[in-house]
Amino acid sequence: MVEALNLALRQAMANDDRVLVLGEDVAQTGGVFRVTAGLLEQFGEERVVDTPLAEAGIVGAAIGMAVYGLLPVVEIQFDVFVYPGFEQIVVHAARYAWRTKGEVPASIVVRIPFGGGVRAPELHSDSPEALFAHVPGLKVVCPTTPRDARDMMLAAIEDPDPVVFMEPKRIYRAGRQDVPEQLPFEFSNGHEKRNQLLSTARVAREGTDLAMITYGPALPLCMQAADRMANEHHVDCQVLDLRSLYPLDVDAIISSASRCHRALIVHEAPRMAGIGAEVSSLIHERTMLELEAPALRVTGFDVPFPQFANEDDYLPSVDRILAGALKVLHY
Amino acid sequence: MSAIEQRMIRIIGDGAEVPDADVPDGLSEKNLVELFRWLVLLRTFDLRAVALQRQGRIGTYALYWGEEATQAGALYACEDADWVFPSYRQNAIGILRGVPAATILSWWRGYGGEYGFYNPREHRVAPICVPIATHLPHAVGLAWAAKIRHDGIASLSWFGDGATSEGDFHEAMNFASVLKVPTVFFCVNNQWAISTPLHKQMATETVAEKAAAYAMPGVRVDGFDPIACWKVTKDALDRARGGEGPTLIEAFCYRIMAHGTADDPRLYRDEAESAKWKTFEPLLRMSAFLHRLGVLDDGQEEEIYAEAKAVMAQAVSEMEAIAQPDQSILFDHVYTSSYPWTFSEGLEELQEVERPPAATPLSPQPASGGTGDHDLPPPSGRETT
Repeated sequence: MVEALNLALRQAMANDDRVLVLGEDVAQTGGVFRVTAGLLEQFGEERVVDTPLAEAGIVGAAIGMAVYGLLPVVEIQFDVFVYPGFEQIVVHAARYAWRTKGEVPASIVVRIPFGGGVRAPELHSDSPEALFAHVPGLKVVCPTTPRDARDMMLAAIEDPDPVVFMEPKRIYRAGRQDVPEQLPFEFSNGHEKRNQLLSTARVAREGTDLAMITYGPALPLCMQAADRMANEHHVDCQVLDLRSLYPLDVDAIISSASRCHRALIVHEAPRMAGIGAEVSSLIHERTMLELEAPALRVTGFDVPFPQFANEDDYLPSVDRILAGALKVLHY
Repeated sequence: MSAIEQRMIRIIGDGAEVPDADVPDGLSEKNLVELFRWLVLLRTFDLRAVALQRQGRIGTYALYWGEEATQAGALYACEDADWVFPSYRQNAIGILRGVPAATILSWWRGYGGEYGFYNPREHRVAPICVPIATHLPHAVGLAWAAKIRHDGIASLSWFGDGATSEGDFHEAMNFASVLKVPTVFFCVNNQWAISTPLHKQMATETVAEKAAAYAMPGVRVDGFDPIACWKVTKDALDRARGGEGPTLIEAFCYRIMAHGTADDPRLYRDEAESAKWKTFEPLLRMSAFLHRLGVLDDGQEEEIYAEAKAVMAQAVSEMEAIAQPDQSILFDHVYTSSYPWTFSEGLEELQEVERPPAATPLSPQPASGGTGDHDLPPPSGRETT
């Protein structure tokens, strides 16, 4: 996924000289996760900028650049570090279009490596996506495959509205997939495809007995759990990768839930007011009479993200997902 | 003029003990009169807005009476292509850049969308910033972008003394200085952040000295002197456009009025003090100066005031001709590239029931003293909100 994101940035920057990359340690070292590696050499220090260490300043400056007509892509080094920039994202980026009659949206992409599973030091693992999904004016997306990462990043940069781009740290380097150089849409002429990439879910596995609805770092775990459900319990699970956390693809959620009549929602973030709560509400509001059981959730707990010695206790595991799936089945 | 410190840059004297300095190069007699016209228009807007609030025709309003020199003086130094970033205290600055006064009044009346907002790119005036100091990084980012594009323009942001306590102020100053961004930080030090006086806001004696930490010049100017404000801003913008980076300007003045129409300064300060500062207010000073120079006479001055009143009368009728916006305004322009399904559902939900009666500003708040708007009805008691 790291290489796919890097490819997307290269393609966007090569196509349009208004695209630039800002963040802490993004130029010389290519970012702590190396997503921006090599961009400095290719595009120069005016377009790939190692900024001072100040997230409000970085996001705020990016907004100013967007107002002037540039298309900045901001890297937040780690999830937890986004909070100083929270006000700029929530108060300004999210509202700029609304406060300017739609004439001047804050066309920025805020990239946030997020989530656990990489044995990071304290306060380097968090799942803030629901905070952003709650803010009107933002689009919040989260790819899980290299192909989606590349295509969705290009779409996010092309989209005039501000996009919070959640990158699951633990699948940055978790698998390989060929990503063709060919673009997913024509630059400046791909409105429909672009919106589709930023608003639709993807069926990651077809199934008929239980819909697992998830996104980001929990997706590979759901895929494994689905395999075990098939092998050990002869249960055929559908896995839905949400991809877009705002807006939610309500049609895909409803169709998965009604097809399977049972649903399990899985994410790493704490449960309280998480994305899962919204998905669960949609399912119950719109498919109640088709359900054989209430939709349940397997999520992180409502506690601070633990020190890594205990992070596997906190994170949804394949076993916990399996146990949750069986609860829904045997309700 | 004891209250105004000696070290500050000042052009206009008091016509007695403090002598006038020469009018700086770059300001013709015509310019001086035009600058006066700007001051009068801003003053007239402010007085009218307070009156409208008292009459319940707009909502709570943040007044700037007495701070016109910091606004008109600085803006007059800008080129048309330069961008300015106002805080709510400079809410009407756009009217000097072609934003209809009715738009700003409508904003205070609680109207959004096309009624209360404007296109910043059309006027090079950023949207009015309501939180404190958060627009400073925008001004830096914009000027930085212009620098990358080699466009030769600069940006200017206004903010108060309270804003210098915010992290965004320091982050913006640091970014601007590290990246040598062509921007001007214009601090209107009126010594009060609602009820918090300067000495509770900062341990430094001045705002200007904070510039040293960012290796940029810090300049102190008499914030009641429009010509001095023009001069220091002009120099700072020239410097910025010349590639020498940012400047911090501290326009030292006093918040003669309340923070806003819902504020009562008698609760926290001695209003005799503001009465003292009121004698330095910029319009009377500028008028006296121009009379001394012989570039303005009573007849012209009256005309300028009459003109401004006519502009505002027109703006008020334009504002009041606008009906309460449709419910669809809630969802318009939240996104520019899509219309989420939740919005369509929201509109449908609204249509299922009768619309609530049109909202009006909360009951008019009576003047609470210290507003100085002498042509308004006398105070009729404390505010009850």
